[in-house]
Formats: sequence, structure tokens, C-alpha cells
Amino acid sequence: MTAPADLAAATVRWTAVCTLDDLAPERGAAALVDSEQVALVRLLDDRVLAVQQLDPFSGAHVMSRGIVGSRSIDGADVPTLTSPMYKQVFDLQTGRCLDGAGKAPLDLRTWQVVVTDGVVHVGGAR
Amino acid sequence: MDANDPTDRPAPPDLTSSPQGPRQLLVVGGGMVAQRLVEALRARDAAGAWRVTVLAEEPRAPYDRVALTSYFSGRRASDLALGDESLWADPLVRLVRGDAAVGIDRESQTVTTASGRSWRYDHLVLATGSSASMPPIPGNDLPGVFVYRTLDDVAALRGWVEEQAQRWGRPVRGAVIGGGLLGLEAAGALQALGARSTVIQFGSHLMSAQVDLGGGQALRRLINQLGVAVRVDTATTHMRPNRQGAVGRLEFADGGRLDVDVVVVATGVTPRDELARAAGLDAGPRGGVVVDDTCLSADPAISAAGEVACIQGACIGLVAPGYAMAEVVVDRLLGGAATFPGADTATKLKLAGVDVASFGDAFARTPGALEIVWADPVGGVYKKLVLSDDARTLLGGVLVGDASEYASLRPMLGRELPGDPAAYLLPQTSGEVRLELPDDATVCSCNNVTAGTIRAAVTDHDCTDLPGVKACTKAGTSCGSCVPLVKKLMTAELEKAGVTVSRALCEHVDMSRAQLYDAVRVTGITSFSEVMRRFGTRPDARGCDVCKPVVASILATTAPAHVLEGERATLQDTNDHVMANLQKDGSYSVVPRIPGGEVTPEGLLAIGQVALDYGLYTKITGGQRIDMFGARIDQLPGIWRRLVDAGFESGHAYGKSLRTVKSCVGSAWCRFGVQDSAALAVELELRYRGLRSPHKIKLGVSGCARECAEARGKDVGIIATDKGWNLYVGGNGGFTPRHAQLLAEDLDTETLIRTVDRFLMYYVRTADRLQRTAPWIDDVEGGLDGVRAVVLEDSLGIAADLDAQMTQHVDTYEDEWGATLDDPEKLLRFASFVNAPTTPDPSLAYVEERGQARPATAAERAAHDDGTGGAVLVAGTTLAVRS
Repeated sequence: MTAPADLAAATVRWTAVCTLDDLAPERGAAALVDSEQVALVRLLDDRVLAVQQLDPFSGAHVMSRGIVGSRSIDGADVPTLTSPMYKQVFDLQTGRCLDGAGKAPLDLRTWQVVVTDGVVHVGGAR
Repeated sequence: MDANDPTDRPAPPDLTSSPQGPRQLLVVGGGMVAQRLVEALRARDAAGAWRVTVLAEEPRAPYDRVALTSYFSGRRASDLALGDESLWADPLVRLVRGDAAVGIDRESQTVTTASGRSWRYDHLVLATGSSASMPPIPGNDLPGVFVYRTLDDVAALRGWVEEQAQRWGRPVRGAVIGGGLLGLEAAGALQALGARSTVIQFGSHLMSAQVDLGGGQALRRLINQLGVAVRVDTATTHMRPNRQGAVGRLEFADGGRLDVDVVVVATGVTPRDELARAAGLDAGPRGGVVVDDTCLSADPAISAAGEVACIQGACIGLVAPGYAMAEVVVDRLLGGAATFPGADTATKLKLAGVDVASFGDAFARTPGALEIVWADPVGGVYKKLVLSDDARTLLGGVLVGDASEYASLRPMLGRELPGDPAAYLLPQTSGEVRLELPDDATVCSCNNVTAGTIRAAVTDHDCTDLPGVKACTKAGTSCGSCVPLVKKLMTAELEKAGVTVSRALCEHVDMSRAQLYDAVRVTGITSFSEVMRRFGTRPDARGCDVCKPVVASILATTAPAHVLEGERATLQDTNDHVMANLQKDGSYSVVPRIPGGEVTPEGLLAIGQVALDYGLYTKITGGQRIDMFGARIDQLPGIWRRLVDAGFESGHAYGKSLRTVKSCVGSAWCRFGVQDSAALAVELELRYRGLRSPHKIKLGVSGCARECAEARGKDVGIIATDKGWNLYVGGNGGFTPRHAQLLAEDLDTETLIRTVDRFLMYYVRTADRLQRTAPWIDDVEGGLDGVRAVVLEDSLGIAADLDAQMTQHVDTYEDEWGATLDDPEKLLRFASFVNAPTTPDPSLAYVEERGQARPATAAERAAHDDGTGGAVLVAGTTLAVRS
């Protein structure tokens, strides 16, 4: 999780996108951030993660409409997002493609997100 | 052959060297043995030393002749296909269809065909099989007299019987001359076509080549129970024509007569050795190309395999020894030293409802052999074991009426039976006998696979399921009779290794879909979190894209609620989540329900107006409804507001659920219709709409046997008869098309609906995730018969429960779209962007084609973006909405 101190850092521009209540738990939502399409996912513990809305395998902007889940990797539970198009599975925290569903893996970009006073802010792409 | 004596024969050929590319192997005959030979060659000849050409007389690839009879029970010609089709696409394999070989020139090593082509060979294999023999009975050339050998024979027989049925308007009277294995199969086939049949046997009892008198008598009683009459000790002297000039009567040596409309002659086969004879090769005393134990004829460049080969002094009319010969030929071609091991002449009759098996020394001809017989004339069971003089070693046996021990006993031939031999004959209720098969016992005789090979597939090749073991060993891939035993061996080996056969859905749920369904149903759980707490691998597991939709589907029938209700919404695939079908560019398509394909002109206008206003590409679907493409997620509620107001509801085209009930127009309009198929289709579609299932389900209803609704391609197909409805199940399109099979006949509408209720609910409860009905039926214990027992005879005692569950579905149905439009909370899910809810996805772009929009290709977008022209983007989904 990004430290609150980063909020003040000059290099990161933060955009207030919506309230936490606007996001349904364990389901994604698309947002426009600086004219880029971002997929936001609110987990059950109210953490919000952001990856690119563009599904790199299909070329369609649909990632926010995938199923949110989890996968055990080296004993740790990793939150995942599955593309609704061809079912590739991605690590929501790092954007890493965990299952290319028969294709060479392609990763997703991720964005920093902080929630302050119930407002979701999206920062720079990582 | 004796390779040490050069005067006796030419020197043994060097079959392996290939100085100039692959050598030419020519196979004459395109039957099952040819198939096996090519398969074995391509599996073993990794270096490509041989190029093989198969000359087939029939206009098709080799097919499963053993299963010909099943062609009458609903299987199509293509279902008889053998092995992997890609075999014939192999660059080193050539299949020439519909061109019979007519001559062999051994001097120039060429074979000429009927079409005049000529094929050179380095080695020639004769696999011409046999032809059905026709006894010289006067009148045997009359129309209506058939043999039973090829797919064309069977198709012609079927056509004739159907024609006679129509001509006479009464059941067709059939006779089968010959009471052997093939004759009984033919009698069964006639029955399956709706004809009566009488089997005429020259000898003293049925199947006299395999079964003793006692067994033959038990068999006769069972055959009679099937409605087939039997005459033994009867010689047919004449076949007489009726007034139409077709066969009309049989006359017998004892003065008896029998009126007939069709006659099938199944008195035996004759090896097709004419090519070999003409080429000067020796024929056996009763025909067949004489070959040695390596299948080689007197000409070292010519082998013979299968029924045409006279090996060890006889021709063998069974497929398993033919396969063994094919393997021997291939082994020799590749430099091996294999010899024919001798024939296993065990047989098992696959006539519906009657079990007959015979193996080994069934007639106790071994000196000193003992027979143990158990007979139950009332139950129609006769079982006999033939044992060595010390009553320990199994020499053979005959099983009639109950051949369940066949698969276990046959591999024990020549071995000591553990325990009291009589125990194997007693009815199963007296305690199951445990047989531990030795590793070298043959389990699959078609493919010569031993118990050890099957065990090794599990222990050494990590096979964990039946398809895996079958693919790895080929066991059970031909006649299939050994599959239960293969499964038993596999399961035992897996258990021994401490492996529980995993049917786990995913890492979160350690159960199969069917197990989870039962668990959820019995416990009455209604939420995903509770399912995970009780049945997840960890109580706090949050699932994934595999288990979540499965749980959503299960809860949909155990605890019906709206797809977007609370936590359920998080489980849905995007299709179910927005109740539309995701397309390749991220837009959706919309399909309103049009029950039975019946739509009013007003309805059509309303759909047309919506499509026009939203700029949607419109197409008629295969299920008799209308699909509108290119709707953005944020447009879906507006589109549906209009459709719902016009009286439409969700068509569930997006769900693993009932899709459509296709129908013809039926008796209301059609000159030929015998029932009101359209009305029934509408009733069924309204009954099952919204039913969530393991995969999509489609139904079809045809108003007469012309089958315009193509109902037999559906999961549930209903075809009208004069008396009611015939019900077919398990038809599938998709990857593996299947015709539906007959489940029940002449049902009244009430019984029909109750039966479909139970069939669908049983499928919903027990099928695997994404398993369609055809493979599900295959998996149900007992297959189609098993399904029939459950839904028609209530063999599991769950029918009332299935009925109640379907009633609950019907009673709780609500239109998902109607309910969504009434709920502002649910409508929030259709925002394009959470911070710009009505801004369209800027990446969507369309071009016009044939007067409608379609998604722009990447090249078209690029051309548009850099201004180099090309296609013009149209604003397909951004037109203003009229209200």
C-alpha cells in the first residue's frame, strides 16, 4: 500500500475519481484518469487496486468487467482479476499475468491508489 | 518362414532399409484392420521409412463395422468413425476411397484399380476382409433380400424397411437366415427399425459356434422375450416373390412357410481372396490367403492380415485377431521379429438387452475338462465354466443372460482361479468375488492391452482419469466392452498410490460440481460466503473465475434470486452481470426472448425501431430470434426499457441456461403437421426460461417426422407422432456435434413435460461444469438407459424431488431485465465509467458493411487515426436516442 506521504510528493499527480461507496466490493469499475481508461477493483477489506482497462490479449477495454478472485502463490493469497474476454488471469497487485490461457503472458500496467476520507484517488502509473 | 533354407524360398526381404526416401507400402482394403495397420505404422515408424497408401473400395474412411447395428439405434454413419481423423492427413499416409483393386502384378510389383490407376509397391498388404456369403437358395436375388456387412448394406436395409412400412401401413415382417452372432445382431437391427423378425437357424440352437446347447436354449428364451421368433433345425429351400416382385415368402424343408417383407441373410462370410488367387498365391482349403506366423504369403513382398488371411490353417472372422495381425505386419516392416500369437476367439454379443459371452474352450473339448454349470431357466440365465481336470485352471466359459463376469474372467483364461470356481457363477447378491488380475493378463483384446500396461499408465505415465488411460494405452478404444474393467484397474491403482481421483473444481473447492450441488442443496445454504465457509478449502477463500460462476449457477436453482442480488452479483461472468453477450470489441449484443420463434408484427417493429435508434447491427440467430449487436454497457438499460415496454423479456442468450425452444409451425398451419409443435414450444420455453444449468441448453419441437425444427440436434428434441410425442435427448451442436437419442416414445403432453422436467433437473444437478448433455449422458452410470431409469422409472427415488425443484423454478421465475429496470441500485452497474457514467468508451469504432455497422479492424482504426483514409468510421452506437 502506498504510504500517505506519497500524496504530497511532487512527482505524483493524484486524481480524485469517486467515493469508496461508488465501488461494489469484489467487482471492478472503469474510470477515466487523464483520458486513460483504468480498471478499479475494491476488495472485501476495502483496499482499492487499479490496473489498465485495456485487455492486452483482446485489445478491448474490458478488464473492469472480469471476475475478481484469489490465487495461492507460494503460500500467499494473491488477489486476481480474470479477463472476461479470453479468461487470462492477472495479479491485481502487480499486473503480472498469472495464466495466459494458452497464450504468451502479457502483463498489465498498475496505478497507485489511496483512499482518504472515503474518496478514491488514483496516482501515477507504476 | 524358414530363413535358413534359401532353396525353399527367396531370401528374407530386407524390409527396413530406405536408400532413396521412404519405401512404398500399399494396403489393399480399407477396413478396420487397414486402419489399425496404418495407425500402428505411423505410431512406430518415427523415421518415416515407409509411405503408406490404402486402397479402399468403399467411398469412406475405415469405420467400426463391429458397431454397425448401432447405426439403427440413432447413431449416424459418422459416429462409426474409427480413431483419430488426423491419421489420414498425415503426409506419409494416403487414403484412396471408392476405387477397388482389380489386379496384382507381382513381377512389376504394381496393383491396378477399377479406375485404371496403377500403384507400385515395395511391400503389399492384403486386407480385403470377407464378403457376406449368400447360400444358393432359389430366389436369393429378389428385391428385399439383403446381406449384413457394410454400411451401404445396412443403409439399404434401413431404406427398404422404411419403404415397406409406408407401403403396407402395418409392421414389416422380417426374417433373418442364420442364428449366429451376426444373425442375432441383424434381428436386433430389424426390431430397432420397428419390424418383426424371425430368426431361421439351420443348426440345433442359436450361436452354435460359440455357445453349447444349454446356453443356446437360454439364449432362445431371452431372444423370444425381445419379441424375436426363433426357428431352429430349419433349412430354407425357397424364397418366393410377392405380387410386386419383391421377396414375399420363405419355404422350409420341413414344409413350413413364412410370409415376409424383408429377408436378411447372415449365414457367414467368405474371405475375399480373389486378387491373391488370380496372382497365383495359395488359398486355404476354405479360402483365404495362406500366410505364415509373420503374416507373410509365399511372395515375400506380400502379406495378408485380417479375415482374408488364412493363418495357422484358418481364417478368423473377428476383429481382435485381425488387429494382432496388423501389429505383426508393422513390426516386421520395421525390422521386428513379432509372430502371430494365436487367436482369442472370445465373443460378447452386444444385442440390446441380452448378454451373451463365450470364451476359450467353451465346448469343453480339452481332454478331462470339467464343466460347472449354473442355470436359472426362469430368469433366463445360463452360465458355464470349463475347468481343467483338477477343477482349478480356467479353460473357457459360456455366459448367457448375465455376462457381468466376462470382463474379469476372460483374462484369467489358462490361469488358476482363486477360491471356489462356483462363486463366479452365482448371482452377484451372494457376494462379489475379488479378482486380482496378473499383469500379463489381456484386458483389451481388440488392442492387446494387458492389465500391467493399464497399471503402468497410472504409475509411470501419471494418467489420472479414464480418457487419459485410454489415450495412453488405447485400451477400450475399439469395441469398448473392457472399459468398466479398465476403469476398475485404474481406480484401484490410483487408490493404491494414495491418489484420490481429483474432481476438484479449483484450488478453492475440493469437490466436483455435482458433489457441491448436492452439498449445497442438502444444507440449504443460500450464499457464496456460506458455501466457502462450509465447503471451501479454506473458510475465508474468496473463490475465482472457475468456482464463482459455478456457485452462482448452483444457487440459481437451489435458492432462486436475482443474478445481481447482493453478493450474487460478484459471482457472475460479465455476460450474466450485465445480462447481455460480450462481443470482441467490448460492446454487447442483446437478444429479447421470442418463445418458439413466434413474434407479432408489432414486436418486430419494436425491435426494429430499437435497433435503428441505437444503430445496432441486426442478425437472425440460429435459434429463431433476433440478435442486436454493438450496444455499449451504458446503453443496455435504455435499450431494455424500450424492449420491456414493448412486452419483451430477457432471452438469457448470455447465460449458461435455457436458450431457445426452436419449432416448426406445426399442425396449426402445416399440411403435414400431426401435432401443434409451435404451441408446445412456446409452453416449454415459458416453463424453462431462466433455468440456470451447467452449460447452455437448447430445445426443439417438430410437428411431424419431417423434423423441420431440427430437434434432434438439440439437448432436448421433441418430434410429434400420431399418438403423441417422441422425446430425444443429448443432441449437441458445437465442437462435437451429436444427434439426440430416443428416450421415450408416444408420450402424451403431460407425461412429456414431466419427463423433460426431470431430465433437465437431473442434468442441472449432476453434470460437470461446462459439460453439455451428450457427454453428461455418457458419464451417467448406464448411459442413456441409466438416465431413462432415473427419469421414467424413478430408479433413484428422486423423481418427486426433481419435480418439486422444477416447480419451484417455474413459480419463482421473474424477468431479470424487468426487475433490474425497477431497481436504481442495480442500474448503477451499467455506468461506462464510475467518474463519467454516460461517456462512451472512446475506443469503440465502427465501419459500415452491407448497410450495417461492424467493429473497425485495427488497420482501419490506424488508417483513420493518421488520416490516410480507407474506411470511414461510423458512429454506430452514439446516435441520439428517441424516446
